[in-house]
Amino acid sequence: MDTLFGRKLGMTRVFLEDGTAIPVTVIQAGPCPVVQVKTRDHDGYDAVQLGFGETPKRLLNLPAKGHFAKTKIEPRRYLREVRVESADGIEVGSEFRVSVFNVGEKVDVTGVSKGLGFQGVVRRHNFAGGPKTHGQSDRVRAPGSIGSSSYPSRVFKGLRMAGRMGGDSVTLKNLRVVKIDLDNDLICVRGAVPGKAMSFVKIRKSR
Amino acid sequence: MSMNLISKIEAGDLKKRKVEFSPGDTVKVHVKIREGEKERIQIFQGTVLKRRGSGVGATFTVWKVSAGVGVERVFPLHSPNVPKIERIRQGKVHRSKLYYLRNALGKQMRIEEKKSDKAVAVEEETTE
Repeated sequence: MDTLFGRKLGMTRVFLEDGTAIPVTVIQAGPCPVVQVKTRDHDGYDAVQLGFGETPKRLLNLPAKGHFAKTKIEPRRYLREVRVESADGIEVGSEFRVSVFNVGEKVDVTGVSKGLGFQGVVRRHNFAGGPKTHGQSDRVRAPGSIGSSSYPSRVFKGLRMAGRMGGDSVTLKNLRVVKIDLDNDLICVRGAVPGKAMSFVKIRKSR
Repeated sequence: MSMNLISKIEAGDLKKRKVEFSPGDTVKVHVKIREGEKERIQIFQGTVLKRRGSGVGATFTVWKVSAGVGVERVFPLHSPNVPKIERIRQGKVHRSKLYYLRNALGKQMRIEEKKSDKAVAVEEETTE
C-alpha cells in the first residue's frame, strides 16, 4: 500500500543533528482499516477502500451502517478508494499505519486549500493593479481592460477575473518525510501542506 | 488534542535547562562551529535582549558591543548547536524587550544587578 489518509495537525520544526532546523507539517496518518476490497472479476477494477477517523454511529445513514456492519469495523468518518495493481493478499479488516512510509522518502500530499472567499484580481491572479499616483483615482486594484470593443463584442472565456478563491483540491508533490512517530501515528513532512489544521489530507508515495 | 500530538513530535527536540535566564541577564552562549571536518566551541558573551516563542521554535537574542560596534545574534533555544548557556549575571530590568539598549549611550546602557538570586547564578547544563 502506498497511500494513507490523515488529518493535518499543524506546523512545527525539527532539528537535525547538525543544527539545521527543518519546517515540518505534522499529519496524523492512519490507522486506515481496509473496509472493502474491489477486484477485477467482481467490480471491473482492482481497488482498496480505506477508512479514516472516528464518527458517532448516530450520524450514519442506513447504507453506511450496513456497509460497516458487514465488515465488523468501527464506523469511520472518511471512506476513500485507492487503486492498486492487485488486491491479492489484502484482507478486509486489516489495517495500514504510518509504517508504510519511511523517513527520507518523497510523498505527495493532497488536501483542500483554505477557502479565502471572494477575492479581487490582485490577490487571486497576482495582477499588478493600477498606478497610485499621476492623477489616478479609483483604480489601484482594478483589473484593467477585459478585452476589445466592437470586435469581438464579447469577453473571452477563461479570462482571469475576481471571484471565489481557495477551497480547491491541491496536490503538493515530492515532499520529504522528515520524521515518523509510529506510536502516535504521526508523520512529519517537510514544508507546508494545503488546507487548514484538522483538515483531511491524502498522503501518497511519490511516483 | 491536535496540539498535544504536535508536542509529542517536539518533545524529542526540547532541551531541559536547569537554570532559566531572562532579558537583562549577561550570558555566555556556547556555539558549535564547524570548519570543514573540525568542530569547535565558540563562546558569545553578551546581554540577553529578548526571548520569544514557545516550544521548539523559541529563540533568544544576545547583544554585545564589540570594538565599538553593537552586535546581535539570535539563537534557537533548542538548537543542537547551542549545547550550553551560562548565566554570568542577573540583570534587573523593567521590560521584556530591551530594544532601548541599541540606541543607549554611556550610562543608559548600564543594567542594575539583581541581588536576590545572585548566589545561584552560576552555571547551567543541558541534559545532553
